[in-house]
Amino acid sequence: MEKPDRVKLLETMLLIRRFEEKLEDLSKEQGKLHGMMIVCTGQEAVAAGVSAALEPQDVIISNHRSHGHLIAKGAEPDLIMAEIYGKRTGYNKGKSGTLHIAAPEVNALCTTTVVGGGIPIAVGTAFAAQYEQKDFVTVCYFGNGATDEGSFHEALNLAALWSLPVIFVCENNVYSGAQRQEEHTRVKDLAHRAVAYGMASEVVDGNDVLKVYEATARARAKCLAGEGPILIECKTYRWGGHSTTDQQVYQPKEEIEQWKQRCPIEKLKKELLAAGILSETAWQQMNTKVNQLVDKSVQFAEESPWPDVTEALEDVFA
Amino acid sequence: MGEAVNQALREEMRRDEKVFIAGEGVGVGIHSNPKFPTFGLLEEFGPRRVKDTPVSEAAIAGLAVGASVMGLRPVVEIMFNPFFTIASDQIVNHAAKLRYLSGGKSKFPLVVRMKTGSGIGAGCQHSHNLEAWLAHCPGLKVVMPGTPADAKGLLKSAIRDDNPVIFIEDMILYFVPGQVPEGDYTIPLGVADIKKPGRDVTLVTWSKMLGTAFKAAAQLEQEGISVEIVDLRTLVPLDEEAILQSVTKTGRLVVLHEATRTGGFGGEIAAIVAEKAFSQLKAPIKRIAAPDIPVPYSKPLEEFYLPNEKTVIETIKAMI
Ligand SMILES: Cc1ncc(C[n+]2csc(CCOP(=O)(O)OP(=O)(O)O)c2C)c(N)n1
Repeated sequence: MEKPDRVKLLETMLLIRRFEEKLEDLSKEQGKLHGMMIVCTGQEAVAAGVSAALEPQDVIISNHRSHGHLIAKGAEPDLIMAEIYGKRTGYNKGKSGTLHIAAPEVNALCTTTVVGGGIPIAVGTAFAAQYEQKDFVTVCYFGNGATDEGSFHEALNLAALWSLPVIFVCENNVYSGAQRQEEHTRVKDLAHRAVAYGMASEVVDGNDVLKVYEATARARAKCLAGEGPILIECKTYRWGGHSTTDQQVYQPKEEIEQWKQRCPIEKLKKELLAAGILSETAWQQMNTKVNQLVDKSVQFAEESPWPDVTEALEDVFA
Repeated sequence: MGEAVNQALREEMRRDEKVFIAGEGVGVGIHSNPKFPTFGLLEEFGPRRVKDTPVSEAAIAGLAVGASVMGLRPVVEIMFNPFFTIASDQIVNHAAKLRYLSGGKSKFPLVVRMKTGSGIGAGCQHSHNLEAWLAHCPGLKVVMPGTPADAKGLLKSAIRDDNPVIFIEDMILYFVPGQVPEGDYTIPLGVADIKKPGRDVTLVTWSKMLGTAFKAAAQLEQEGISVEIVDLRTLVPLDEEAILQSVTKTGRLVVLHEATRTGGFGGEIAAIVAEKAFSQLKAPIKRIAAPDIPVPYSKPLEEFYLPNEKTVIETIKAMI
């Protein structure tokens, strides 16, 4: 298996972290952003690790917590931010906003905020690869909560039946809305659900970016060899509330603190520093670079024009 | 209105042990806000009667169907109107038809509550007013209150009704204050309310657009045009009488709704008036509705989507 560029992995995670932190700050400023924000702080290793094992032609299908997935797949922060602002220059011309950003430019083809809605779609994109004998896989991201939807079960069964090249990535961040995992299902390892469909599966430490990378790389190779699909459960944690309007009354402070001790970024950074692969100076430079990228995206979004209201009428049909 | 819905739920649960609520976050939710409909119900009624469910709309809806045929009175929540599509098999193919299929032997006294409405900046997968779809399904009653008092009175009736009732709450209205009668206040389903009497034109509307209607009517009043506002409150059963009487008096009809135009419920009302009161009309019927597009996210676009008082005023002026 090829070794990933670990410094690059660190940078991707850092960029996602700073982007989301910026959004949280902006959402506190009255009138800046329209609606609530859903961010993935604490879960960066999943998106970064998965995407590092993918090629540009690979497709991702994402959910409401998508910013990290998009950034890791190579989507441009400027265009994501502009979309979140609702500006014409955003990925979807202001029609989507934060919840359903599609970036077909990087094969982030469908992002849906309907929980579980993307999972059957991934069956379709994977079917297209098989049908046309093309070498790409589909990665479908969803949360632990989504595995309770009927769409999850129908999609997994069909994907397994037809051996489709799709990697189902369950990003288990412990919560589904305000419910803890044990409050929404009796199943402990959600990867286990694959058994019901005769599908391979794996449980991974979702805060260990290298583990996520390796699992995805193995899964991708299997899919391309016609031995797909596979369900990978990445165990991670949502540091913040479900969204920026969540008061987190149900989420124990100590639990958040414990998981913060297991920060995926800190973990990799420490390892790289200890191994002499990263220097303190390089780390500082990385921070500066990432902060600049995020600030630039905000500036781009703020300076971008609003769509003209008549543009609301465009893009309904092809 | 959120508090009014809460009162209705609380009172009905106190009144009738058969009433229970279920849905995603109806007990412990991400928002701990007294303006939200299920606030504090878990504390009062406990987890036997306030059921937090997984994200499983089909199962939530099926739960209501099965529990109701057993004589319970489920009030289930589908978080947002668009997610009803996932629940729709159980409600449209089952709840709405099973009584008929039983030859009138079984009954399904259930309520499905859901949030709706644009203006919350969540985009088209959260904001989509589907009342016309629902009204198109025989066997479902469809309620869309526009004031806190109506929400309370109508929800209490919906819960006591022996049929499946879809109860749609515009989220923006949760934060609009209003007087709510204390105690056992009910409003029968199928009775429209003349929210403002007038002479020159009948403005039929419901839900959030009621506020827009009031604003437009106030301004038109200053210009000497008298608008009668008919708030339908329930689309099924429909108070045809109230509409026809009003049009007979004013001779003009405008229907105003937030849902998109094509196939919207406004077309149904226009058709009824054209069929039954054509000779009373002094001007062609007008519909004011959202354009035929999904709800856009961007603030200026979302504002453009929503019908506003300016359009109402211009439309009415052009008719007179
Ligand atoms: C079909 C549907 N039902 C309900 C919702 C409301 N909702 C949005 S996110 C969410 C929780 C999803 O949890 P999970 O799948 O674990 O993802 P996470 O938010 O934890 O990333 C819910 C219930 C929705 N968007 N779509």
